[in-house]
Amino acid sequence: MTDTAPGGKCARLDQVSKLFGSFAALRQVSVELELGRCYVLIGENGAGKSTLLRILAGLLRPSHGTVRVFGMEPHDARDRIGYMSHAPMLYDELTGQENLRYFASLYPGRPCLSPAEALRQVGLDPELSRPLGQYSQGMRQRTSLARVLLPAPELLLLDEPFSNMDVESVSQMVELLAGFRQGNRTIILTTHQREHAAPIADWVLALKGGRVASFEPGSPTL
Amino acid sequence: MMPRALWTHLVKDLRIEWRSREAINSMLFFALLVVVLFSLAFDPRGAFSREIAGGVLCVATMFASVSALNQAWAREIRHQVLDAQRMAPTSGAELFLAKVLANFLFVSIVQLLLAPVFLVFYNLRVEGQAWQLALVLPLGTWALVANGTFFAALSIRSRNRELLLPLILFPIFMPALLAMVLATTSILTGDSDPALWIKLLAGYDIIFTTTSLLLFDVVFHAE
Repeated sequence: MTDTAPGGKCARLDQVSKLFGSFAALRQVSVELELGRCYVLIGENGAGKSTLLRILAGLLRPSHGTVRVFGMEPHDARDRIGYMSHAPMLYDELTGQENLRYFASLYPGRPCLSPAEALRQVGLDPELSRPLGQYSQGMRQRTSLARVLLPAPELLLLDEPFSNMDVESVSQMVELLAGFRQGNRTIILTTHQREHAAPIADWVLALKGGRVASFEPGSPTL
Repeated sequence: MMPRALWTHLVKDLRIEWRSREAINSMLFFALLVVVLFSLAFDPRGAFSREIAGGVLCVATMFASVSALNQAWAREIRHQVLDAQRMAPTSGAELFLAKVLANFLFVSIVQLLLAPVFLVFYNLRVEGQAWQLALVLPLGTWALVANGTFFAALSIRSRNRELLLPLILFPIFMPALLAMVLATTSILTGDSDPALWIKLLAGYDIIFTTTSLLLFDVVFHAE
């Protein structure tokens, strides 16, 4: 059964390992993640952060162990999950609004934000007529976040959301994410810049060599 | 009525091609080159021209299409757009069918642009029932793009995908290519009835399109 009450479980990983050939990207990871919290994943390159997010998104299947998101297989819960990767996951040839309109129409049953509203939320002008290929890295990153926010996901998975962003854009994004979390929605983000995520981090999960090195409460200020 | 997601994917593919014109330009240039080179090599006239024209047209279409089919999923791979599409609660079959329809349109446009050049360079006069070409060419083109789009998706994660696609596609497309060439030659020469080859093409299309549609979700959600 899906637990949607505050403090209920959003996701559970039980002894999850992921092997790519003989390389173990994740080793026996077991964590429970609560609804309405912000989890920050930290660790060096190759620690398994992105792999963990992709498993939660249902884009990778674990080699061993079980994963449940909202009590279901991640793939079955995918319309409730928003996933943003390093890459923008958008078409270079379309404008920001055209990209968002395209993705919004792939979520027929869900109440989506309007593309213009999603773009405004991330601080972009919806009337921008340039194709995405001509945007700066930071603008692409924001458009990508707008795409993720479109179908009002209940779980937000963000892989390095602050990379390529200036300080002001980072603080705007952190405020946006704080508002998102207040709606009893869950955020899991990876970052190398721990200080950027500190104002919203309820928990900090450190990975090392594919294992959980520590899982400690943060001290959010937002 | 066309499902909404299918329409959405198709409009997106057409819009992107309209802006970039990558697929049509590369196919057209390549097909023109093949048609002109063959006409210079064989100096085709009269009956001889009608006998080889079917083969030249089909082979030119096939080789030209591979350049576009190889790029069919390139945009989806470039910025991990495919992952965003995999996360959406829609069926992969609709994405596949939209891609096939878009590629079919692109190849058909190239064939239409090629037709007058072909008639001039090969001094062609159709002896059979010309309207049957309107059946043979779309059926053969569909066979090519349905298989090509599927195998292009299958090979996107391969390092040698540009080499892999023709290696997988050509042997599987061979029965449809033979039927397409023989039917076109029958129509151009008027020597025999192409009905059998047209039925074979239609059967091939139904079998391979259905199989690709059924299997595409497995390819789409592969890691």
